Formats: sequence, structure tokens, C-alpha cells
Amino acid sequence: MGLNDFEYGRILELLGREPTLTELGMFAVMWSEHCGYKYSRPVLAYFKKYKEAMEGEGLENAGIVDIGDGLGITMKIESHNHPSAVEPHQGAATGVGGIIRDILTMGARPIASLNSLRFGPIRDGEEDASIVERNRYLFEHVVEGIGRYGNCVGVPTVGGEVVFDRRYSGNPLVNAMCVGLLRLDEVTTAAAAGVGNPVIYLGSATGKDGIHGATFASDALGEDSEEKRPNVQIGDPFAEKLLIEATLEALKTGAIVAIQDMGAAGLTCSTIEMASKGGVGMKVNLDHVPMRENDMTGYELMLSESQERMLAVAANGREHEVIDIFRKWGLKAEVIGHVSEGNTEVTRHGVVEASVPAALLTDHCPTYTPEAVVPDYYRSAVAFDISTLPVAEPHGALLKLLSSPNIASKRWVFRQYDQQVQTQTVILPGGGDAAVLAPRGTTKGISVCVDGNGRQVYFDPYVGGQLAVCEAARNVACTGARPVAVTDGLNYGNPQRPHVYWQFRESVKGIADACETMGTPVISGNVSFYNESELGEVLPTPLVGMLGVLDDSSKAVGIAPTSESGSIFLVSVMSVEVRQGGLGATEFLHEVHGIDNGVPTAPDVEGERRLCDFLVLAASSGNLEFAHDLSDGGLAVAAAEVALAGECGLNLQVSHQVRQDSLLFGEVPGRVLIGMTEEDSGIRESAERHGLTFEAIGTWSRRASTLTINETSWTLDHLRSAYENSIPSIMAG
Amino acid sequence: MKVAVIRFPGSNCDQDAYHALRSDVGIGAEYVWHQDRSLDGFDAVFVPGGFSYGDYLRCGAIASEAPIMEAVEQFAQDGRPVIGVCNGFQILCERGLLPGALMLNVERKFLCQNVELEAATKRCLWTAGVDRVISIPIAHGEGRYICDDETLKRLNGEDLVAFRYVNGNPNGSTDRIAGVINGRGNVLGLMPHPERATRANLGGTDGMLILKALTLIETSSR
Repeated sequence: MGLNDFEYGRILELLGREPTLTELGMFAVMWSEHCGYKYSRPVLAYFKKYKEAMEGEGLENAGIVDIGDGLGITMKIESHNHPSAVEPHQGAATGVGGIIRDILTMGARPIASLNSLRFGPIRDGEEDASIVERNRYLFEHVVEGIGRYGNCVGVPTVGGEVVFDRRYSGNPLVNAMCVGLLRLDEVTTAAAAGVGNPVIYLGSATGKDGIHGATFASDALGEDSEEKRPNVQIGDPFAEKLLIEATLEALKTGAIVAIQDMGAAGLTCSTIEMASKGGVGMKVNLDHVPMRENDMTGYELMLSESQERMLAVAANGREHEVIDIFRKWGLKAEVIGHVSEGNTEVTRHGVVEASVPAALLTDHCPTYTPEAVVPDYYRSAVAFDISTLPVAEPHGALLKLLSSPNIASKRWVFRQYDQQVQTQTVILPGGGDAAVLAPRGTTKGISVCVDGNGRQVYFDPYVGGQLAVCEAARNVACTGARPVAVTDGLNYGNPQRPHVYWQFRESVKGIADACETMGTPVISGNVSFYNESELGEVLPTPLVGMLGVLDDSSKAVGIAPTSESGSIFLVSVMSVEVRQGGLGATEFLHEVHGIDNGVPTAPDVEGERRLCDFLVLAASSGNLEFAHDLSDGGLAVAAAEVALAGECGLNLQVSHQVRQDSLLFGEVPGRVLIGMTEEDSGIRESAERHGLTFEAIGTWSRRASTLTINETSWTLDHLRSAYENSIPSIMAG
Repeated sequence: MKVAVIRFPGSNCDQDAYHALRSDVGIGAEYVWHQDRSLDGFDAVFVPGGFSYGDYLRCGAIASEAPIMEAVEQFAQDGRPVIGVCNGFQILCERGLLPGALMLNVERKFLCQNVELEAATKRCLWTAGVDRVISIPIAHGEGRYICDDETLKRLNGEDLVAFRYVNGNPNGSTDRIAGVINGRGNVLGLMPHPERATRANLGGTDGMLILKALTLIETSSR
């Protein structure tokens, strides 16, 4: 069940008796890493807002960002890695569904989904044929599952990322992010209150699927994982769509006192957490729970993770207002108990199956601080010397990078997602460095993206964590949005391995410190450990979901130049100490030299903040034709992406005194390409005032059909073919 | 002028249509619940896209049997304007108000992208304003229009093809058909989403060229 001897001993001590089987199951899920955060809580205290919330009034309201006009945004990432490894379509789909309900439960309408995916290599020859084939299968079906669920539920999938690396073979990562919009005066709570108030079960019936999903998620994948297919829940996006409309309609009545979704650990988690948050108890009669099979035991009912369910507390006497709305939408709605004092108690067939103070399960989960050890690979990465590397031939190197699945166009993926339903998406996938939405009822825009780079984090976790924050902030700032808040998705191997715990601790510290400097608090997040299989553990992969706000959504900036021709400028943070020529831990080193080594260049986070401030100001002038940050593959890839997005030729002359491959492909943080039809002296002065380097490096023209950087030229046809055809032809093969 | 936007469980473009009609086209629109039976007071019907009843059984099949569809059928038979978009098109075909059917895309994947369309007929109000190739989005997994040879002959002979895809045929539709009308020309079904293209910052305004037809309808005072 996932509890160790020490934890069992603690349960005996807390209860003063042997637990019943149902109680034991409840402790096991609530004290799983997935729900109890037992290995991560001490480290999560690096996040200032998290720490304050834990010490103060709880996490709940920490997760809402006021964007003005009486509106708030809430957002969260959640992983669904293990279910997706076993049953990719349903695993990914229920990941999307779960996070949508998390947002809905705050009283917010889900307005956008994003996702961040990691798989093993999909190109023939990169690993054993059977592994490559399995990776392609996982990739195809995860994308299909996300699409099927998101498209049907009517929440647009507006952004995301997909990365392939052999260290994700055997344990793919599937993280779903959802963004919700709410009125600040309509925020809901999960804290049960009012002794005697009815507890209402809402949504789909409970079946025997997904029992112990949360404990499954808190263990490594092994040869028996295939047998865990029954632990994977089945998603019904149609039911979820009804749940969204019914919940939002029911909340408007004011009859709902508290509400929470039934996600991981189902009825256990929702009853216990709602009771614990409210400092009350609950008396629940499981006989009233709508069931798909009548022979379900109390244990099964408490631990099922059947999807598309919510639990609400209604004001006594007003339960019918809620029930009527849910039934109108064709959903089940049954009173299953009431708020009480004292223990939370569940009965089945007249027998008390569990009776415990809720706080024992939520507040007494043990925490562990395992040993952290700096691994040897880190020392050799720091010592990596690029002077021994031959300088690569640039023409072929860029084409190779553009066709690498990590950099190549993800059109094959995002065309399978409805990006526009709700008709608020201003910048679509591929159109900008982040998605931009224009919610109805405000002229403001919101920009969202999710970024992570496991390779950088692996080789230098602290710097990698900082880089993820800076990259995400830069991306929303390139669209013209001021970065305001972060949600994180933290994916690692087994924390009991000292080097994994080191990766975890250092990267979280990097994220926390960077967020502090950037002024973007971490408002929510998720931890996923034990991402490993017999093929090894995954790259440490913290993901940063960033929210930005534009004062005027009509001023959003994309990556494609719109005018016939104009000038291109490179804006850079000055005080970056470039390590290893900017080539350590890069896609270039991996793809062109077949080397995974070296350390990434650390960002100057304070400078990055100024860069973001500058970009927001520049965008508000209305004079930016495009903005695109230098990221994977450096200057050459960024320039190629601008050329392809705008169907125009670029002629760039850059005179930096560094080796050619560093200049073209080095990944030095804090750099952005911007375009203007003619140089705006106000923008140059603003850059200088923000302590940034501002260089005119060339021009674009729709009449031209080549990309030229210094003495090397590429035709747009060659670039397009490498960039656009790569993933479709791999997946057709 | 008031348009009835029909809401089925699982409709998800109902709100988009409602807002596009009211805010951008500038006409009245109200939701009508699938269990209602009357369209009194409405001048046109918009059957929106989405996944009515989760696409269970067949896309549009269950919705086509909903109580409101009897009224929609009568409305159509009275020669009054009905437009069905995406799942709405599927529902109208399932109800027998339009010929043909929509099948899984030829690539067997959902497709969300812009497509180019030409008006293939001039004999209905829906295409009156479409005087050039327009670009509007599609978002569907089952949008490949098919019909038997006889129906195809009739569609072409009686000028019932409303829209064709140009510069490509994204879902593999028969004869590149993106939308069809009924014999009287008052009922239109199309897979692309005109209600998603009514604002410059939301992918252009070409959808207005179709939806503007609704402003030309004489309002009834019934």
C-alpha cells in the first residue's frame, strides 16, 4: 500500500489502536507523496508564498492573481506521468480533466490548457528499435488523449512544449496546466463549515477504476507496471463539460458553502481535506454514493479515483437548488452526509468503516529530509572544455538543429488541439513566444507559457532552475505581458537517492530565488517523484508555468514580422558571465557533436527582470513588429524561426568576438530579437535606460528568400523543409 | 432580429456563437435549451459546434432526436434560416435536414487550422456576401463530407454545394465540400467556424461575410 513500518507505527500512535482496513487505505493515500508531500515539503518552504501560506491561513487563496477589473486568474500544473506510461491516451486525458477540476473548484471558468511533455527519442537508431517504437506510441497517444479530452470539454489548448531525450524512455512526463478566470468576489472555498449542513456528491458515479492511483503515482515504474492498467482512471470529457457548466451555474445560487473536486484519492481526499480545512468533521453514509457497481465495499468507495466528481457542502435547506441544477445537466447529485463535530466518520451497510479526526490525515504526515550528495557528473560537467571541440560547419549544423524533434515545428502536435474554442485566443501556438488570450469583459490580456529544460537542470540544478524562470518570464514578456506569477511542476526520480534529492533541492532553490528577484511568486504547484523505470531515472525536470498580464490585449506581439521590411535588433542583458562559450548542456552539443555534457550559462536574474520591463514598455508603444527570445539552438535557430513565421528573408551581421558556433548556436540567457519598421529612438533609449545592450544587427524583407547570418546563407525552402517536415515524417514512418 | 442558439449537453461553441452574433454581427441572440420545444419569437436558428452528448453513438445522432429538433425541423420547413456549424452541421445531417454525412478525417486526426473557402453557389443568402476566397478556422475530427454518387450529382445539378475548400482539402471531403444547403437554400451546414473569425485580433473577420447574412433577414413580428 506504500506505507513503511515507521509510518504504520505513527498511525498506531495517533489512533491509539489498530486502524481498520478502510482507515489504513485512507492513511496510505493521504500520506503518499502525491497527497502528503512527505519528501518535498521541507524544500517547498523555499517558495516564500508557500511558506507564508502554510504558516498562515493555508494555500487556498494564495493561488489567485488579481488582474484588475474585479477579475482574477488562477492556474496550476499537475503531473500524470505514471498513468500515461501505462495507458497513454487515458493517462494524459485524465491529467487534463483533473487539473481542469482543480481550477473549477476555485469557482473559476477554465479558459486555457497547456501541457509539457517528455518522451524518449522517436527517431530510428537513437535507441533499440522496440524502445523507439514504444516512445512513438506513447507520444502519439498522449497527444491524442490530450486532444480528445480538451477538445471535447471545450477548453482551448493554447500552448506547451514537447522534449525528447533518452532519459525519458520508460518514464514519459505528462504535465497538464490549466488557467482559470474568476470574479474576485466569487472565489469559493474548500473549507467545510456549518454543523448540520448537507454534504452533496456531484457528478459521475463511482466505479472500481483508479483505486490507489495516488499510491501508484508515488512508486517507481517496474516490470509489473503493465498490471497496473486497472489503476488508471478512465476519462469522460463529456461529463466534465457538464460538470463545468453545472458547477458554475450552481455556484451562482450562493447555496454552496464549500466545494472541492474528487481528484487523487477521491472521496477520501475530498472529505478529509474539506473537514480538516474547516476544522470540523463529516458523517458520510457511503450507501448513498452513486455507484456503477452495487457491490462496492467501503474501502473501494473511499479509494476509487473515478473521474468527473465533486463534493460540495450546501447551506442547510438549500441543497435542492444545487441538486436541481446538476440534474438539469444530466448529472448525479445526492446528499451523502452532513457536516459534524469531531471525527470524520464513514459508514457502509450500517457499519462504521472509518472514524478519525481529519487533521490526523492532513497534518500529521511525516516529512523526510534525505541525504543530498553532489554527484561526480556535476564536477566533470563544470570542467568540460569546449576548446577541444572542432568548430562545426554552420550551414549543415543549423539544418540539423531545425530538424531535431526538440526544436522542429510542433505543428503536428498542436493542430490536433482545439486552440480557439471560447474565442479568446489572440496568439496561437507557433505564433508567439507565449500564448495570449483576450478574456471577455476586460481589455486586458493574459499571456501564458510553460518551460523547462531537464538537461540544463541535470548538469546544474540551481542554474537550471533559475533559467527556467527567466526563460518563461522572457517568453511572456516577448508578447508584451508583464510576468506576474508562477505555477511549478516538479518532476524527479526517487528522492531517496542522494543525487536526486540534490537535484530536487538545488533546482527548487534556483526557481525560488529567481522568482523572488523576478517578482513572480510561485502560487501553486505539484511534485512528482519516483519517475524511473528499469531504463533509469528521468532528467530532473522542473517546469515553470508563467502568467503575464497585458494592459491592452490588442497590443500583443508575436514572432512573425507583419510589414514588408524593417530592421532587426538584438537586445541583451549585459552582465552575463558566459560559461563554456554558451555551448554547455545545449541542444547543439547534443545534436551536432553527440555530446551531453557541460554546464549552462547562469542568468543575471536582475538583468532579466529589466529586460522584461523593457519588453513590456516597448510592446505598449505599438511599434514592435515581433519579439522572439534566443533559446534552444541560440541566435541561428531564433532567426530561422522568425524568417519561417513571417515568410521573409533575414540579413543579419553580428560582430561578437566569439567562436562561430558560440555565436550562432550558443545558449546565452537574456537575449531577445526584436523588429521595427524603422528604428524608434525612444525604444533604444529605453533599452539603454534599462541597462541593456541594444544592437542593430540587420533587416528583414518579404521580397528576400534567404536567411543570412554573417557569411553563411540558407534558403527559406531548406529551412522550412527541415523545420516543418521532421516530426510529421518521423510519425508517418 | 433574434437568433436562437441551441444548447445541447456538450455543445461548446454555443457561447462563442452567442457572443459573436451579439457583439460583432450586432444582432439579438438567446440560448434555447435542448429540451425546449418552441422557437416562437426567433427569426433564425444557430446550431453550434461542440461535442453534443460526447459524440457518443455517432456525432450529432443523439442531439438530432432532442425535443427542440422537432421545432427546428418545422422552422426549416417553413423556409426560415437555419445555420449549423461543425457539430451543428452533423446534427442537421443526422436529422435529415441536409444531405450527406460527416466522417472521420482522412488523416484520422483532429485538425485545428485555418482553411481557405470559396462560395460555390450564389443562390442562397448565406453566400451572398462571400465575394472572394475567405480564410476561417476548422476544428474537427470528423469533418470529411461524404455522400453517394446520386446525391453528389443532385448537389451539383441543383447547385446545393455552398462552400468548397480551396488550396487543399484538409479532411478529404468528397468534391472538397465544406458546406451544403437544402433545396430552398434556407438551411446551411458547414464544418468551418465563421463565429471564430469575427474579430481582427482573433484570426480575422472573414466569418462576418457569412454571418452578415443574418442581418439581411426580414424580422418577423410573430
